[in-house]
Amino acid sequence: MSITQILFWILTVAALFSAIMVVSSKNPVHSVLWLVATFFAISGHYILLNAQFLAIVNIIVYAGAIMVLFLFVIMLMNLNKSAEPIKNRWLQIVGIVSGGCLLLVLVAALRNTEVAKNIAEVNTGDAGLIKNLGKELFTTFVVPFEISSILFLSAMVGAVVIGKKD
Amino acid sequence: MPINYYIVLALALFSIGIVGVLTRRNAIIVFMCIELMLNSVNLLLVAFSKMQAAKNAAVTVAGTDGQLFVFFIMVVAAAEVSVGLAIIVMMYRNIHSVDINF
Repeated sequence: MSITQILFWILTVAALFSAIMVVSSKNPVHSVLWLVATFFAISGHYILLNAQFLAIVNIIVYAGAIMVLFLFVIMLMNLNKSAEPIKNRWLQIVGIVSGGCLLLVLVAALRNTEVAKNIAEVNTGDAGLIKNLGKELFTTFVVPFEISSILFLSAMVGAVVIGKKD
Repeated sequence: MPINYYIVLALALFSIGIVGVLTRRNAIIVFMCIELMLNSVNLLLVAFSKMQAAKNAAVTVAGTDGQLFVFFIMVVAAAEVSVGLAIIVMMYRNIHSVDINF
């Protein structure tokens, strides 16, 4: 077992465990912190796949900005007491069973496909380096890139309008 | 690394997100589970882009468009989170709770 495979399994176990803790922890602040741990594990997967730009962007944008926004909102609302009303026990069981059924059906559908025989190259390849991504982003994808700036502007205006006290 | 390991991992993360959406009542945690589902799809896109890069290794830009799609998903997710959290704050100000079956 090579070091890459060992890292893959460690990161997989970390991602799945912290994702389960996001769903199952009572305190919303703990949930946010476990979600940050999940994002770090997924960033580790990106580094393992040699997608370094996306790994850094994932840490900065998701774990750094979006999760801090969630933490701000939870602390502003003073929700960090763990007094959330829990759902009916039967509804919880039905939710878990239906999520498990979805996983089961999708994995069973994956078993006989052709795509499952392919190999994702780890540790090598320069598709994810910032030089190639930047060249592609500013030639082929330059129109969506500019449109996304308008999307950000409208999201900012929308957030201010919604959040304004009227 | 075979691609089906990455597919199964992404499917497991997506299902955990769905279970969270179905079983929790706090609107912020439901929103966080949606973020978890978005991230599992991002991981799958990166794995598929590296699969394309492995299949046609002669082309240097093979697989970059998959990773740029991940970049755009992150852009859209950031905008969505800002508006969604503003909506949750407005809801909390009006009904003093973030319980989704109030």
